[in-house]
Amino acid sequence: MNKIKLMEVCGTHTMAIAKSGIKAILPESVELVSGPGCPVCVTSQSDIDKAIAVSGIKDVIIATFGDMMRVPGEKESLAQAKSRGKDIRMVYSCMDALSIAKDNPKKRIVFIGVGFETTSPTVAATIMEAKRQKINNFFVLSCFKLIPPALYAVSNSDKVKIDGFICPGHVSVIIGTGPYEKFAACCKKPCVIAGFEDTDILVSIKRLVEMIKARSYKAEIEYKRAVTKNGNTKARKILASVFDVAPGQWRGIGIIEKSALKINKRYASFDAEKEFDIKISATLPKKGCMCGEVIQGIIYPNECKLFKRTCTPRNPKGPCMVSSEGACAAYYRYGK
Amino acid sequence: MTTTYRWGNIMCLAIPGKIKKINENQAIADFGGVYKKISLGILNGVKVGDYVLVHAGFAISRVKRREAMDSIKALKELKEAVRDEQN
Amino acid sequence: MENKTVTLAHGNGGRLMHELVDALRLKFSNKILDELTDAAEINLKGKRIAFSADSYVVKPLFFPGGDIGKLSVFGTVNDISMKGAVPVCISLSFIIEEGLPVKDLEKIADSISYAAKKSKVPVVTGDIKVVEKNAADKIFINTSGVGVINYKGRIGAKANPGDAIIINGPIAEHGLSILNARENLKFYSNIKSDCNNLNFETERCLKASSRISVMRDPTRGGVATALNEIAAASGIGIEIDEQAIPIKPAVKKLCDVLGLDPLYIANEGKFLCFVNNKDAKKVRKAIGANARIIGRVVSAHKKEVYLKTKIGANRILPTLEVDQLPRIC
Repeated sequence: MNKIKLMEVCGTHTMAIAKSGIKAILPESVELVSGPGCPVCVTSQSDIDKAIAVSGIKDVIIATFGDMMRVPGEKESLAQAKSRGKDIRMVYSCMDALSIAKDNPKKRIVFIGVGFETTSPTVAATIMEAKRQKINNFFVLSCFKLIPPALYAVSNSDKVKIDGFICPGHVSVIIGTGPYEKFAACCKKPCVIAGFEDTDILVSIKRLVEMIKARSYKAEIEYKRAVTKNGNTKARKILASVFDVAPGQWRGIGIIEKSALKINKRYASFDAEKEFDIKISATLPKKGCMCGEVIQGIIYPNECKLFKRTCTPRNPKGPCMVSSEGACAAYYRYGK
Repeated sequence: MTTTYRWGNIMCLAIPGKIKKINENQAIADFGGVYKKISLGILNGVKVGDYVLVHAGFAISRVKRREAMDSIKALKELKEAVRDEQN
Repeated sequence: MENKTVTLAHGNGGRLMHELVDALRLKFSNKILDELTDAAEINLKGKRIAFSADSYVVKPLFFPGGDIGKLSVFGTVNDISMKGAVPVCISLSFIIEEGLPVKDLEKIADSISYAAKKSKVPVVTGDIKVVEKNAADKIFINTSGVGVINYKGRIGAKANPGDAIIINGPIAEHGLSILNARENLKFYSNIKSDCNNLNFETERCLKASSRISVMRDPTRGGVATALNEIAAASGIGIEIDEQAIPIKPAVKKLCDVLGLDPLYIANEGKFLCFVNNKDAKKVRKAIGANARIIGRVVSAHKKEVYLKTKIGANRILPTLEVDQLPRIC
């Protein structure tokens, strides 16, 4: 009997699995690997360096989510820039960044947007609100990405064979089941959209095992209390009215067609990439860092030569060790 | 003085809250004794008393009250499914 | 030390802080200091005296459930109490930044008076220094405390295999209350700091059992950090039962919303009591209705703390690496 290899795509699942100790009690024949669903982890080095470059511009206030703060850039992280006196603020919501813009009319406020379909609609709604209120000192650096194209990329990779996917609960709240149904049928991989409680994850693994056994390549919802077949259509409409789909640069994977979101022409005046002349030298990931392999499930974190040696939560070399959802951080804290 | 600690990752967390009050596009949500003003800007048809998932300050979906689930039972069923698979 | 300059992370009770403490301590190391407990035990002509020092730099000065005045009195009383001593008196020294409103100072003084009366420990001496603008942040309070140890056993940093671990009540309230008050998160709740004196509770413990090995208030770094410190110092293993750890529902919810682990969040009115398992129930009763037995000391997996999760899996409960917030006390 071959081992069954399942991928938990979402970083929040990675953390939930580590915290509840699920791997320790799983049957031996079931293996879990982490996937490309940790927002900070998949963000390319060049996007991170862009964000840090913007923080160096005069009279700019950077607003972002907590996890972006400590990701190492080419020279420094946003947290280090902040301790040198740069105005960089952590916010809970993009709306908080808009409030900062209103309170500081003489400064330009740049919200660094990372994440997936869960987060991007909230940012799109904020941009629309900024336009409605005619706030002209608010900008978004969009590093948003889409989950389904990444599933195809992982599934088509010849470096790793995944038998089934535990799909992200909150991305699915927005996109519904459609994209997974297509993916499951096309790539012959069963998918289960899972909630974040330990029981949700156990039930989802069970369903995946059953589907793999039955050679049934469908997409199911375990997280029925929140996810519907159609998803949140209003959120998708708002998303489409502010963003265009574009090719996206993923850490480790490279460019995936139609996998990123860029601000469209109608809202171009809120696009930080258009407002600022951001120059970064061509950047490469830190030498030896294998975050790119980790997020594709090709290696386990402890197979990276830097892991626990030169790369630690205190002195992280790559984003998977920084992010509280990163697979390396989870391995470091909780073991396998 | 700078404070560069982090509040864990708030990006993919979405916690159910109960809608207490609605004022146009904004609402007060109750997370079991913790209250926060949230936006209803990306979700249609929210009513007072609904449970919603809140992500980054926005209601993103209505949620049903969950049926109680037993994790021990779930683990047992998973082990059975795997055993069947091996036979 | 690894870093060239001191960073805020050096003050958060985690691993970097231990490095900083060692960098200083090793220069004037001695047997008593090397024990690294919150209060030192010194022998004064046959009398066992507990002596402690502390500083309070909390931001904001006033927060739900307390303020810097109350915190400094209770914190000092608690440090002495953790040594198994009966606190006798404390000192308070103020470093005040030019510009502090007198109204604030009066409020803090009232609060000090309340806390001293509540814990029945007088403030017997003190000092005031005023510094120019930006040389301090509003007000810092430096304290010391003295207590007498009458307990037959020796309460220190070392726990024994077979000890039960008791906590006197629900966790994580102080740190969350500070976070919410300071970072303008706009969450509204009735979460208050648990800032309180522990001397009466510890005195009851000492009366109930002569087999207490360690008492520790899990302040900076929370319960997880305190347990790791004790495991490392004692060369023993610790097992904690996740479901036995008391936590109020609103505290749990706010932690969930913010993605924080309550086991790493500071407390200011909680203590862990390590006592021989045979006396565990007695001690739990002596502390009061909110006390819970949350785990045990084992001889396996030395120097490591394990948490038994809800689903019955064991996972390591590691030391804090980086994280959480500065200036909470």
